[in-house]
Amino acid sequence: MKFSEQWIREWVNPGIDTATLAEQLTMAGLEVDSIEPAAPAFNNIIIGQVLSVSKHPEADKLNICQVDVGQTENLSIVCGASNVAAGVKVPTAIVGAILPGNFKIKKAKLRGIESFGMLCSAKEIGLAEAADGLLLLAEDAPVGQDVREYFQLDDQIIEVDFTPNRGDCLSVAGISREIGVLNNQALSPLVIEPVLPTIDDTFPIEVQVPSDCPRYLGRIIRNIDPKAATPIWMQERLRRAGLRSLSPTVDVTNYVLLELGQPMHAFDLAKLDQKIVVRRANKQEKIKLLDDSEITADESVLVIADAQQALAFAGVMGGLNSSVTAKTSDIFLECAFFNPDTIRGKARRFGMQTDSSYRFERGVDYTLQQRAMERATQLILAVAGGQAGPVSEVLSEADLPTRTAVTLRQSRIKRVLGFSLENTVIENYMSHLGMQWQPVDDGWKVTAPAYRYDIAIEADLIEEVGRIYGYNHLPTTMPVANLNFVAEPEAHISARKIRQYLVNRGYQEAITYSFVDPEMQSLLDPEAPVVKLANPISTEMSVMRTTLWSSLLKAAQHNQARQQQRIRLFEIGKRFTQIDGKYQQETVISGLISGDISPTQWGESPRKVDFFDMKADVEGLLALTGDDDAFSFEAAAHSALHPGQSAQIMRDGSKIANIGTLHPDIQRKLDLNTPVILFELSYTGLNHGVVPDCQPISKFPMIKRDLALVVSEEVNVGTLFAVVESMAEERLQHMEIFDIYRGKGIAEGHKSLALSFTLQDDSQTLTDEQVDVIIKKILVSLQDSIGATLRE
Amino acid sequence: MAIDIENLLAEANAGLADAQDLQVLDDVRVKYLGKKGLLTEQLKALKDVAPEQRKAAGQSINQAKQTLQQNIEARKNQLQQALLQQKLSSEKIDVTLPGRGQVSGGLHPVTKTIERIESFFHSQGFVTADGPEIEDDYHNFEALNIPESHPARAMQDTFYITEKYLLRTQTSSVQIRVMEDAEPPFRIISSGRVYRCDFDITHTPMFHQVEGLLVDKDISFADLKGTLLAFMREFFEMDDLQLRFRPSYFPFTEPSAEVDIQCVQCRGDGCRICKNTGWLEVGGCGMVHPQVLKNVGVENEEYTGYAFGMGADRLAMLRYGIKDLRMMFENDLRFLSQFN
Repeated sequence: MKFSEQWIREWVNPGIDTATLAEQLTMAGLEVDSIEPAAPAFNNIIIGQVLSVSKHPEADKLNICQVDVGQTENLSIVCGASNVAAGVKVPTAIVGAILPGNFKIKKAKLRGIESFGMLCSAKEIGLAEAADGLLLLAEDAPVGQDVREYFQLDDQIIEVDFTPNRGDCLSVAGISREIGVLNNQALSPLVIEPVLPTIDDTFPIEVQVPSDCPRYLGRIIRNIDPKAATPIWMQERLRRAGLRSLSPTVDVTNYVLLELGQPMHAFDLAKLDQKIVVRRANKQEKIKLLDDSEITADESVLVIADAQQALAFAGVMGGLNSSVTAKTSDIFLECAFFNPDTIRGKARRFGMQTDSSYRFERGVDYTLQQRAMERATQLILAVAGGQAGPVSEVLSEADLPTRTAVTLRQSRIKRVLGFSLENTVIENYMSHLGMQWQPVDDGWKVTAPAYRYDIAIEADLIEEVGRIYGYNHLPTTMPVANLNFVAEPEAHISARKIRQYLVNRGYQEAITYSFVDPEMQSLLDPEAPVVKLANPISTEMSVMRTTLWSSLLKAAQHNQARQQQRIRLFEIGKRFTQIDGKYQQETVISGLISGDISPTQWGESPRKVDFFDMKADVEGLLALTGDDDAFSFEAAAHSALHPGQSAQIMRDGSKIANIGTLHPDIQRKLDLNTPVILFELSYTGLNHGVVPDCQPISKFPMIKRDLALVVSEEVNVGTLFAVVESMAEERLQHMEIFDIYRGKGIAEGHKSLALSFTLQDDSQTLTDEQVDVIIKKILVSLQDSIGATLRE
Repeated sequence: MAIDIENLLAEANAGLADAQDLQVLDDVRVKYLGKKGLLTEQLKALKDVAPEQRKAAGQSINQAKQTLQQNIEARKNQLQQALLQQKLSSEKIDVTLPGRGQVSGGLHPVTKTIERIESFFHSQGFVTADGPEIEDDYHNFEALNIPESHPARAMQDTFYITEKYLLRTQTSSVQIRVMEDAEPPFRIISSGRVYRCDFDITHTPMFHQVEGLLVDKDISFADLKGTLLAFMREFFEMDDLQLRFRPSYFPFTEPSAEVDIQCVQCRGDGCRICKNTGWLEVGGCGMVHPQVLKNVGVENEEYTGYAFGMGADRLAMLRYGIKDLRMMFENDLRFLSQFN
């Protein structure tokens, strides 16, 4: 909300400059967002009166004006504005003037005619964003007066960002009250004398729902001058608050809203049928609003209606059909207190927010209506004339909010804020804040004023004490608490450990958005039940990812497009699906490699990454558990992966991961120029390991035997290893594969596997004969189960 | 005879001096000391020497043999040294060539930041807690004292999935989940992704928060100030960094405050980063609202507590001098690798 500083200083004027005032507000929780001059810098623009206008001989659109600027000689000024006329008073920039934007006015010749200045529009002097012709000033504007002085432009516009609990500050009166408290200074009260009715006319008011509208005031004003102009000072105050001047009645209601914080509304009396009815809307009831929009209300919406139909969205916006127009001479002025609970959320539901709803939602002072009504009447009569009728009030006292006394204890202040203040200091704060208080044991019973909706419990009062005293003056201490060991189980594999491992393996950690493009999503994982956002930022960010690959691939695209030859990325984050209507959000570790295996370097020939490069990285990850035997890789299809290069990783029979090469068709669609290898591993599948259990080391020598076996292409190495492992030969310490050969000497459809076996016994040195027996046993077993033969 | 030995030795020494490699040297050895070597033959010939001269002759032959052996050994060393020198100089490499093999990667700056923050709080006995990102209305709003239609809901542009489920807008929801399941005291640090429907030069629709919660029997706002002051000074490694607390409003804390730190760029003088205010807003905090404690069944007369939430992305940007928020989630390797 924006305020004119001048306006505030009329209410309360502590002897501090603008910057100090702003700092004070900010530190009291009313954050000053900006301070801007009410008008840009300019000088030597004075009020001139056009005495005569004659056509320029050489240009149709130009006029030569004789202008009285209160100096000894009149100025001859060439002007192109269409609304120039003899008699008008306009801002006149004289020779030597500097306009906003450092535009200097010099003596000039326009099509052969000399011009000694410039007549200005509102835009040219920085009072409006756009202007249609000259700014015509009031008839009583004093010729020769500096425009800055006339408009009181040496003012600052202070913009304050209010928190939702401080509805009481949403007016000049409210913010001044706060400044008064902070500076221990009383306000200059605005004296509002009741306007004595000059006519007897009243209009019936029927409040059907007193709990929604505990107080409703109405008043007829007849015979206002619809053509009256809002005085310049009022226009300026509205402008500085960011409001446009529209018509005298609307300007006055807006002015009172700014001044006192009471939203009001004026109806065109001629358009009201019989009576005002405050009621809930009917189902599907349509209301055409002032801004030309139409809402379809329901029973939760409060409306102002007449005998026939709903006219206005109560507390939010007036209706189009009953609004005051340029022809309106009789008005019905509404000044109500609506229950914040009734208004709250309604404007937002229809995608609206108005100055009125903004205040009603936060709570308007329920004792303010009479005063605001008198103030508005007074101003309307002053600006547009007319005769006011008496004020009609429909009040349901029982439905007005109440302010219950809250106990504030000294001991609790000490407990919560960590310090104490003298009783008298606290009592002084309470009084300045408008609170009623009476001492009780260990503190006070405090009752908040009608404009404070945010004081409901003791903590709210404690905050007030701290706030007025100044948070920064409160002590600063370290908490005292019992020591408590927080140890992580040793076998727990933390995300931190996993990250560090992957970083050491050359991966860069990525953080990508959790919502992705549905196209990418369905390209990779078309079957997964996705979670969609109801209100996404854009289509490209509209579904929750079911796999981190969708966002890692996007990062890979980004980097390949920027000439990166070697991409190694990982991310730890959640993937989202739904099963039976329940959201599944599982933390996974996901990785992607593509391009060169190592950075460009001398002495090594470059090579692109393949499945086994990533498999080694993943195996290392699994090894963090110290429980390697629990894991196995099984060929398994995945919609995003190459059908022949895709596996799932099992841990004790449950699937915990997928790994594989990105399907070449998807790679092509994504415009990726090298194969991409991916893995995604469930964090809970990995995060528990075993604590090492140390075994003795044999004192006897190891014996190595190599075997070359021929098996059918169909036979997986994993199967072969499983067969050997199932024999549970204790003396076989280790088994590895060191070559795979196909081609000459090996039958078509077969491959030769070179295997190395390491044997050792705990209690003796193995003899050749003993080793031969073991190897023979292994060979027989492999022959029987997978048809392996010794290579000739 | 004596002359013979002398001559023989001189001859052998000359042979040694001529020998340029170990093979020739060995040939010399064999020629004089081998089984049929010239000196060996002299020893064999002793039996023909007159007995009275035999002793002296034997001595001189053995002496010559010993001398020659020493000389051979010395020459051998010499040749080996020369050989080694030659080998060493031929094996000289350019030690300024880059090393080979893999290079290590690095953490994202936001993770680095969160890990540091968590470490500071772990050292003070705070434990990590985690919560879901698809959150229900109750934990994200209701339990935090933000009922439906509360104006504070408009402060946070929420991504909804259904009417009841949403993407969490703050890590504060974790507070509720932790407290409703356990008994006080609580010392919790929780970090993670949060989401708000806002995307421009200073906002990303996803960002990271770190949330702290301390509930115990004697915790005050002064303790909150002390904790955050100590933390910020540790985080930025600036012993005299100033903080200020501005009253604010969060439905789940009372009293509430915004935390500003003195601008770490200009140290308060005013610059582009702090928009000439000298201060940077880094988070919100306050004393846990009694109603929130009540909602999770914590006795709110006996226990008080503080909570704070900080923007990890913002702290990362300030710490590492990241100027453009957009770089944070683009995952450009040229950006990421700067934090290795």
